[in-house]
Amino acid sequence: MQAIDRKLLRDFKRLWIQAIAIALVLACGVAILLTSVGMYTALSETRAAYYERNRFADVFVHTTRAPLSLVPEIAQIDGVLSVEARIAGDAILDLPDRIKPAVGRILSYPEDTAPVLNVPLLVEGRFPNPVHTDEVVVNAPFAAENGFRPGDSFSANLKGQKRELTIVGTALSPEFVYTIGPGALMPDNSSFGIIWMSERAAAAAFDMTGAFNEISVAIASGMSPEPVIDALDDLLKPFGGLGAYDRTTHQSDAFLDAEISQLRGMAAILPPIFFGISGFLVSMVMGRIIALERSEIGLLKAIGYSNTEICLHYLMLAGLIAIVGVLLGWGAGTVLARSTAAQYAQFFNFPFVIFRVSYWVYAAAGLAGLATTSLGAAQSALKAARLAPAIAMQPPAPPRFKRSFVDEAMAHLKLSQPTIMILRSLLRWPIRSAMTSLGLALAVSSVIASIFINDALDEIVDLAFYQTNRQDAMLLFSDDIPETALEDVRNLPGVLQAESQQYHTAILHHGHLSKRVAIEARPPDTDLSRVLDADGKPLIVPPGGIVLSVRLARQLDVESGDVLEAEFLSGRRETYALSVTGLVEQHLGLGAYMDLEFMNTLFRQIPQLSVANVTLDDHQMDALHRAIKDLPKLSGIIEMNDNRRAFQDTVEQNVVVMNTMYIVIAVLITVGVTYNAARIQLSERARELASLRILGFGRGEVSYILVGEMMLIAVIAQPVGWLIGAWIAQAMTNAFTSDLYAIPLVLKPATFTVGSLVVLCAAFASAMVVRRRLDRLDLIAVMKTRE
Amino acid sequence: MSEIIFRTQGITKVYDTGEVKVYALAGVDLELYKGELTVLLGPSGSGKSTLLNILGGLDHATDGQVWFEDTELTDMSDRDLTRYRRDHVGFVFQFYNLVPSLTARENVQLVTDVAPNPMPAAEALDLVGLGKRMDHFPSEMSGGEQQRVAIARAIAKRPQILLCDEPTGALDSTTGVQVLEVLRDINERFGTTTVVITHNAEIQRMAHRVLFFQDGKISETRVNRDRLAPSEIVW
Ligand SMILES: Nc1ncnc2c1ncn2[C@@H]1O[C@H](COP(=O)(O)OP(=O)(O)O)[C@@H](O)[C@H]1O
Ligand SMILES: [Mg+2]
Repeated sequence: MQAIDRKLLRDFKRLWIQAIAIALVLACGVAILLTSVGMYTALSETRAAYYERNRFADVFVHTTRAPLSLVPEIAQIDGVLSVEARIAGDAILDLPDRIKPAVGRILSYPEDTAPVLNVPLLVEGRFPNPVHTDEVVVNAPFAAENGFRPGDSFSANLKGQKRELTIVGTALSPEFVYTIGPGALMPDNSSFGIIWMSERAAAAAFDMTGAFNEISVAIASGMSPEPVIDALDDLLKPFGGLGAYDRTTHQSDAFLDAEISQLRGMAAILPPIFFGISGFLVSMVMGRIIALERSEIGLLKAIGYSNTEICLHYLMLAGLIAIVGVLLGWGAGTVLARSTAAQYAQFFNFPFVIFRVSYWVYAAAGLAGLATTSLGAAQSALKAARLAPAIAMQPPAPPRFKRSFVDEAMAHLKLSQPTIMILRSLLRWPIRSAMTSLGLALAVSSVIASIFINDALDEIVDLAFYQTNRQDAMLLFSDDIPETALEDVRNLPGVLQAESQQYHTAILHHGHLSKRVAIEARPPDTDLSRVLDADGKPLIVPPGGIVLSVRLARQLDVESGDVLEAEFLSGRRETYALSVTGLVEQHLGLGAYMDLEFMNTLFRQIPQLSVANVTLDDHQMDALHRAIKDLPKLSGIIEMNDNRRAFQDTVEQNVVVMNTMYIVIAVLITVGVTYNAARIQLSERARELASLRILGFGRGEVSYILVGEMMLIAVIAQPVGWLIGAWIAQAMTNAFTSDLYAIPLVLKPATFTVGSLVVLCAAFASAMVVRRRLDRLDLIAVMKTRE
Repeated sequence: MSEIIFRTQGITKVYDTGEVKVYALAGVDLELYKGELTVLLGPSGSGKSTLLNILGGLDHATDGQVWFEDTELTDMSDRDLTRYRRDHVGFVFQFYNLVPSLTARENVQLVTDVAPNPMPAAEALDLVGLGKRMDHFPSEMSGGEQQRVAIARAIAKRPQILLCDEPTGALDSTTGVQVLEVLRDINERFGTTTVVITHNAEIQRMAHRVLFFQDGKISETRVNRDRLAPSEIVW
């Protein structure tokens, strides 16, 4: 090994704590880049492969009932490649060993051929034999969650007819990568299953012989779905078409897509911050090293090392830091990616796992890490290369301190000499102080941007479950039933209170903007499911009016008082003008609300309901569950407590992981920045501080100069960190907002306090670690060494 | 005497510090001969180091010309100067300038790694009497020893010229004498042209020739007919 390389390794060994502190920050960047890009590509490639292999459709539409003779006509639509028509319906399931009812989505499976689109992938067993109408295939997660094997059976309430069904196989489908039951907030595979039965059996159960109520089409690649959607809507209008939609509105794909774009956002925002900070730290440390090694650089030049060799020598020092950081990052990234993949495996049902981060992602993340540290070291390395050898041999001129108005001010304030030293040093290196402060501010902001989510979720849960939806359960009916049936619901065992509600699918138009929504209609005096205004008072929707959630209103660009057109896709499919009488803040879904009586009048129908909201007596739950399994027309039940708990559990579990991760990240950044800054301080001021000690200053006073300056920088960082944190939180709430949900921006003082505490404590601890070196300061040696 | 190895003609060096121009060298003409041990003597600030740096290819003259044998150094690019230093020149500085993170042997290897025809590092250290301390770090050696390591490092490449800027400046008399002895030994054994800067008038007595420096110029040249051995010098 060449002597100069040996110098490199020894220098690295001497600097190892500083190097590790930087490498850890770099490792965060590499790990997050690895995870986000790796998972992004894995998830999008897995999705693409799955959709391709199992021919996921492009456009979907539901109708009430359309004749099969329509299918060839649909196939004629310009751009349509293939068509799959089927029968679909929800049913209450009675599963052995399960008291609570479950909900099944029943889908017809063609008899002679396999489906051409949305092809289910058989996991186990076989597809149903059309001759045996009791045979079904269920989705694999549902089977796994309930312990079903082929040969097991359960019963289903098919439009009031209780039927015993036998499982002959399990399958997965590209339509149900994210499988979520009606009205649920989180997937729960134990209470919601997909059930494929032969066409014949499904037609009999849902009274659909010769007809279908769901259609999927594939369109030519690269073609816009809009014309096909319009053509489908025209064709299906007479048959109760509920409006065709493309993949962006498809529930499973929309969730997948939200996750994928979140990963993309993460890849774009976070790693650059870490790389930036580690680049800055490298440049700070290298700058100091080169200042210290001036005469060594001069010597190397004097004995014939070229500028390039010297430049490379210092770049390689940064390169070693990068190597450590990249290796750590690869390790951490692999673990992080694996846990993310495990999380995806829990949420998303893919038949094959390509959750492996490709080698090119490792290479790219490694190169990015190497590039940033090299960039950080470049300035110093070039400076070393440019240093004229004759000059390098002379000691550097002492830094020039100039008197400024600040000094006048300090003189007036009668500050102590150590305090003046602190302030003067801050001003002497304004850019470095500012960058150090910025690094710490980013650490503060990382904590704030992550833990505000806790309060945001509390608010979501509070508003959704404790303020607006106070019912214990929602009973969903397959068709609208007469309101008189509410009496029957009240008579069910354990039901204390029952209120009716109706859902109608409609397209709201305002100007050129339109949005397909489910309008909720309810009596004016409901006590359970309510719409609240900004002050928390129940909002009454007057006849002829409509109340919209703020996000929906924004999408349609309407304000309170505006008039919009509601094109109903159910009932008589008429279009009415409605005036917006109020807006409500809402975090889940895009709500639109009307008066139930007015709705019945509009539809010229006897009072009807789609949903019964009920409160329940806890002691009679089992009796109730037994009773509703046989309730005709009941297609689903949402138990609000389960729903809330599923939401809180899953989300909170993720939030805890995220909070921990970001706090660790903040600590790493703080330690990386503070430790290095303090070490550089100490190195620059060793002589000065030793002189003070010789002059009779105590350890405490000398430590005060060192730690004081670091803490002053840390304190200055706080308000900046609060601002950046609030800004990132704001950006996150915007980024996470979709039709499905919105995260409210809830910033409490406690959030800022936690952010500041984490960073100030970590900064103080790091500064104190460096301070310990002051005790070991060899006064005589320091004074003797020539800088 | 023998061939000329260095020749300068009217070299000047001006430092422009903004407010004032400092004439570090104000027209220096000199000739140095192969194998000669020359002492540059003069008060601090008289331009000795500046001259040595220009001869050694560490710095450019503002004006004038410098020849090393038949090559003119004055117009050389940085790259060529590096090559020149690497191949021909050995430096010894007042503050030794050892790399603290390298042992004595490794400090010498810094040179032998890049020089075209070096001697083994161990041999160079033997020559300066440090054969037994090769694996010590600079911090484990006295000033005199460190300076001898620096000399070993300078001679390991078998340079044609050895340029020493106040090599005893930071040493006491006894260790200084040891260092001077090494220098004279090298000069005699290898015939290495040696230039020693000093402001210590006593040291001139070991030289073949003494150049007196004053205000950036050579004020006087003296040839020593009777040279003293370093051990006879005291200060
Ligand atoms: N980099 C520089 N910038 C400005 N002036 C310099 C510089 N280097 C040397 N000088 C000035 O040039 C003059 C000669 O310096 P130097 O050759 O180091 O003297 P000596 O080695 O004889 O003590 C001195 O006045 C010194 O201040
Ligand atoms: Mg000098």
